[in-house]
Formats: sequence, structure tokens, C-alpha cells
Amino acid sequence: MRFTKDHEWVELAGDIATVGITAYAAEQLGDVVFVEVPDVGKTLTQGDGMAVVESVKAASDVYAPVSGEVVEANAALGDAPETVNAAPEAGGWFAKIKVSDPSQVEALMDRAAYEAFLSTL
Amino acid sequence: MPQDDLKKTPLYDAHVAAGARMVPFAGYSMPVQYRDGVLKEHLWTRESAGLFDVSHMGQARLRGVSPLSAFEDIVPGDFISLPAGRQKYSVLLNRKGGIIDDLMASRPDDDGLFVIVNGACKDGDYALMADELAPQVTIDRLEDRALLALQGPKAVEVLKAHIPECAGKVFMDSWATTGFGVDVLISRSGYTGEDGYEISVPAAAATRIWNTLLADERVRPIGLGARDSLRLEAGLPLYGHDVDETVSPVEAALTFAVSKKRREAQDFPGAARIVKELAEGPSRVRVGLRVLSGPPAREGAEIADPNGKVVGVVTSGGFAPSLGCPIAMGFVPPALSAVGTKLNVIVRGRAGAAEVVAMPFVPNRYVRKV
Repeated sequence: MRFTKDHEWVELAGDIATVGITAYAAEQLGDVVFVEVPDVGKTLTQGDGMAVVESVKAASDVYAPVSGEVVEANAALGDAPETVNAAPEAGGWFAKIKVSDPSQVEALMDRAAYEAFLSTL
Repeated sequence: MPQDDLKKTPLYDAHVAAGARMVPFAGYSMPVQYRDGVLKEHLWTRESAGLFDVSHMGQARLRGVSPLSAFEDIVPGDFISLPAGRQKYSVLLNRKGGIIDDLMASRPDDDGLFVIVNGACKDGDYALMADELAPQVTIDRLEDRALLALQGPKAVEVLKAHIPECAGKVFMDSWATTGFGVDVLISRSGYTGEDGYEISVPAAAATRIWNTLLADERVRPIGLGARDSLRLEAGLPLYGHDVDETVSPVEAALTFAVSKKRREAQDFPGAARIVKELAEGPSRVRVGLRVLSGPPAREGAEIADPNGKVVGVVTSGGFAPSLGCPIAMGFVPPALSAVGTKLNVIVRGRAGAAEVVAMPFVPNRYVRKV
């Protein structure tokens, strides 16, 4: 699993990246009450707004950690947005992206680097 | 504003110790939430009792020659007839009939009028009061007092142990008493739609009283995040968001704050506009919206009619924890303000179905008889 400074995670299997927000991000957001996942077929460039996650208090953008085409979105979050809090780095995934440049994943932080980054916040 | 320039309430250290997330609000560093988070804090207040630090709000005494009568020069309500022991909601008006701030004014005792105003507005409010009311009336800021709110269905049972007479009071009663070993100014009111109390205490005793109340297992600390979602569900406007200097009390659906007698006398700032709006209807009015599908519509979201024409704007909105759906307040033309009117809210370019509903969204539980 790789991580961005915007607190998204990526897990690559073949050329499909599953993406979501980190446990740290979920904790900071508080109780998630609504998730807007990307449309399947949408082409994303790394850094694009990919999804929106809403707590009671505010809406926050989630950015595409890698470029590619959305091949699946986690529809279950529609009825159970709280999964983002309960299992942010598992069942709370947002989308699966067919990556156009796998080297983008390699360039992201590994867990040790991400945890070191968190300790600076 | 740099964090260092923020003011602190007397309870700042207690918030930090309780794990609060502190944010800038009205020039103060205030707790937006504690460890439980907004959702749980909201629901706890509705089912038990929540304790809020609202010491950022302005507390002042208006003293002098006939302060009640003088106060009527700047608000549209009846205050000459306000009995000792009662509190009333009102609005400070500018000459165009716009709302400079909303406030609570009470007579906890015979010592003039006790007012509580919004933290972000307090300096301007006091300057206006001084300009309009001096030299007949003086504005004494009570800077050495904290303000706590204890809200929720169990507030009365909790507070009774410390201030026994509180159980015999009704909504909008206000009184001066001794509680927790200090002098207290208290009202049975709040900003959540629940039964509860707002308790003004000497700053030096605030932390002790805060901790005493929190020692009761029925009480948990509640941050500004849940305060906002609670007041939204209660249909209560938030100054600077739902109401500002351009909005009249008629537009804001606060017509109850304009008394019959004062309407007839037309003797308050902006009376011409307000009386005209009462007779002919305003051009826009604050309504409640229930969002039927899609994401919450937040402040600034456009409101459109079914044909897609933009007819208004959301002034506050979010997810309603007690209802499990998004709700909002906003302004629309009166022709589209009837309960049941179908509208759309535009969020991130997409229209979500919404419907005008009566406010409060969640029935209030004020105790009007004991």
C-alpha cells in the first residue's frame, strides 16, 4: 500500500489500483455521512478531484492518487458511508482505477514514509 | 488569524485536557468537537445532557435611567413590559431594517437589563448600544464571567442537585441565584431545541463548575460542531450565515420578534421597511429544506425551481444526525415558500431534490409549564 500527502492510499494489483482515504484522514474527518464516488469510465489525472467525502460539518475533496480510468466505484458507501470510518483502508475503499502509469504508484510514500510524514503534522 | 492572537475562554485548558479539537471562532480558540465527534455529541445532547462552553458570547448589563425603555430604541420588541424573571429574544436593527445581531435580553433581577450577544458581533453591538443609548444608559461588559450551556432532556435532573429551583422554572425564565457556591445568572433556554439552561458564572469558578457538571455521567462536553447541527435541526438561524445586516426580521422568519404594539407605533430602526414587508410580503423569506436525495447542500448552494431557474441560496445546511438526512435553511421568494413546495439544491453542479418543510425540523422540547 502506498500513500499521498493528501492522505489517500493506493493498493496496486496488476494494473488496477484500489484507492481510498487513510485511517488518519478518516479520523480527522470524523463521522462520514455521505460519499460521492466517481463515475465508472471517468478518466482521472493524478491530483484531480476524484470523490467527495462529507462529515456532519463539512465536505472534503478526495484527489486521484494516480492517473487512469475508473473501472469500479464502491457503491456500498452510498448506503453505508460509515464504512469509511470503520474500515478506511479496507471496505471503505472509494474506487478502482486502471492505472495509465504504474510508476506513479512507485513514487508515492510507503507506510513507513507516510507515518514519518504524519509525525510532522 | 494566527493561533497566538486568538483569545481563550476561561475553560480553554479544560477543553484541551478533554481532547478537544480547537478551532478559531469569533476571535477565540474554541472546541469544535471532543473525542466523541460531532455525530455522537449531537445525539448525546438529544438523549441526555450536553455541556457547552459559550463564553465567547458577549454578556453585558444595561444600567441607568429606564434601560428597558431606552433599549426599545434599537430593537423591535416590547421590553418596557418585560417582567423581572423573564428573558426575550430580539434583534438589533439598522436604519434599513437589517439585522445587526440577534440577542437574548433578560431581567434576572432588578439590575437593569442583562443581554447576551453573539461573540463575533459583540464589539460592534456594544459600540452601537453606547452610541444610541448613552448617556441615559451605560453598557457594562461582564468580561469576568463565563457562559455555560447545559442542554438536553436530562439537564434539569442534573442541574437540580446544584440549583434546586431550576426545576420549577419554565422556558425563557431568567433569574439570579447562588449555585455552586457563587453568584449565577441563569435562564431556562438555549440554542439546541432541547430543554436546558444557559448559566453565567464568574470566570474564576468556571472550570470548577464545568468539571462538577461533567462528573455527572449523564453529562458530556459538546463542541461547536454539534451546537451547529443541533441549532440547525431546531430551525434556529445563525447570525452571519442565515441572518446579516441586509436581512430583515420579516425575511428571516423572525416576525415574532416585532411586537404588535411596536408595529403600530413604527418607532424602531427600519420600521418603514419592516411594516411594508409585513403588509405586502417580503421579496425573499427564510425556509427549511429537506434534501430528499444526494449530498448535503451547504452554505452557498443555489436553490432552483423544477425548471432549473435559480430562485435562492442555502444559508446553512448539513447532515441532520437526528433525522439521518441532509437539511438546510435558505432564502426563496414567498411564492415558493409553502410547505411541500418541490425545489432543487445545486451541489457540485448537480441538482438534488428538496422540499420545503416546516421548522423546527426536529420538534423542540422546551418546558413551558411545570
